[in-house]
Amino acid sequence: MRTLLEFKHVSKQYGSETRALSDVNFAVKEGEFVSIIGPSGAGKSTLLRCINRMIDASSGEIVFDNASVLALNKNELKKLRTRIGMIFQHYNLVNRLSVIENVLHGRLGYKSTLAGVLGLYTKEEKAQAYRLLQVLGLQEQVYKRCDQLSGGQKQRVGIARALVQDPKMLLCDEPIASLDPNSSKVIMEHLRDICSKMGITVVVNLHQVDVAMNYSDRIVGVNKGTVVYDGPPAGLTKEKLRAIYGADYDKLTEEEGGRHVG
Amino acid sequence: MSGSFFLRKRLNTLFFCALVLALTIIAIIITEYDVVKGFTSVPKAAEWAVSNFVPNEKAMDKLPDIIDKLLETLLVSIAATSTAAVFALVFAVLGSQKTGIGGPFSMISRWIATVFRNIDVAAWSMILLFSFGQNVLTGYLALFFCSFGFLTRAFMESIDEMSMSSVEALRATGAGYIHIVAHSVIPSSLPQLISWVLFTIETNIRQATLIGILTGTGIGFLFNLYYKSLNYASASLAVIAIVVAIMIIESVSNYVRRVIM
Repeated sequence: MRTLLEFKHVSKQYGSETRALSDVNFAVKEGEFVSIIGPSGAGKSTLLRCINRMIDASSGEIVFDNASVLALNKNELKKLRTRIGMIFQHYNLVNRLSVIENVLHGRLGYKSTLAGVLGLYTKEEKAQAYRLLQVLGLQEQVYKRCDQLSGGQKQRVGIARALVQDPKMLLCDEPIASLDPNSSKVIMEHLRDICSKMGITVVVNLHQVDVAMNYSDRIVGVNKGTVVYDGPPAGLTKEKLRAIYGADYDKLTEEEGGRHVG
Repeated sequence: MSGSFFLRKRLNTLFFCALVLALTIIAIIITEYDVVKGFTSVPKAAEWAVSNFVPNEKAMDKLPDIIDKLLETLLVSIAATSTAAVFALVFAVLGSQKTGIGGPFSMISRWIATVFRNIDVAAWSMILLFSFGQNVLTGYLALFFCSFGFLTRAFMESIDEMSMSSVEALRATGAGYIHIVAHSVIPSSLPQLISWVLFTIETNIRQATLIGILTGTGIGFLFNLYYKSLNYASASLAVIAIVVAIMIIESVSNYVRRVIM
């Protein structure tokens, strides 16, 4: 399998004090499902946002699809972003607009200024948006306003918006952190299907170790801005988890256990 | 400890009341205002108003004139507000902290908003009277400049208060700046923007009456004319027409607000 994304000695510095990422190295192959886990504030979000340059890395090299991301100019960056879909913890939809309008926002990156402003989408684009909503089980909600949807439905709209971009890769920033267990499961299954059936590479930031273990081909563990684990879920032993989550790990598993019993 | 805390608070209140009282007394002494006479003359003024300021049958003949001028005033207010809103939106988007292009433009935008807003509408019409003379355009421009300053400021704050999460999402799809403004910023803040425009139309109708007195146009001019020619009955009819018009406009805009929210 071809390597789609590669981080080479990537660091990110905020101001002169805070170092969010330091010397991060890892690679993602095409069609892989990779989870990034780690405690809050470990730099997971920064790491993910460096890929499509929502945050600019301070040093190192990020290669996506044979192009050096950090060297791109403004227009090339926009082109790159059209090929990378992104999903957010808080869905980041325009709540006052309808579901279908929100999904079609995913096409704006392909539009000329005028066509984009006027919202002139082609018939094919609309049909594709509708198809994706059907796949995600939202065919009943197409013309509803997004503020009338539940959290799980909103997240599926977010996924449809990312998929309509026709992306090579999907970046998911804590996609299930605000959802109940049932909706979480639905979302994770959809992401898994997107990866295996549509062949889109998926990189997910996750809080929940058990979910990461269940769904991923590979897990990257991050702590204090450095990669401390990079391997298959099966290799994630208690010691490795302790290295990722620090001394708090044992307490964490207790809480997790308690939550699942509840 | 807590006793002295409450004591201190009470003393603060007492001190503040004493201060206000002292200021009032000083003001009364300086302006030689007779408090007793001031209040006792209120009934007399009311009596005069009731006997003189009632529209009679002769005044009713003037009604078509009044309605005509009232409509002109309303339309000028609405036209000034809506054109000002278009310009204000552009400046607000470019000058807002969240969507702004930053740098000097943001500062210029805020500066323009402050200057235009802080020159009173009456001052504007006096200034403009020199250039444009007594006609509708003067009133229109005075209202336009004030609304422009006010709306730029109000729009900017509405946009700043809005959640920027969808902007981030659209940026991540590769959408350009204008796309993001058209599909995320404006739809998200639209109810607030429309609400501000309606509010400005309401205030402008009130202001337009006053400006009309200065610029010699609209219902304000008509009121002034009747009043100065001692035709109190017609003047009162003009006042009643203004009040009714404002009440209608207010209920319409309240209805619109309810629907768009």
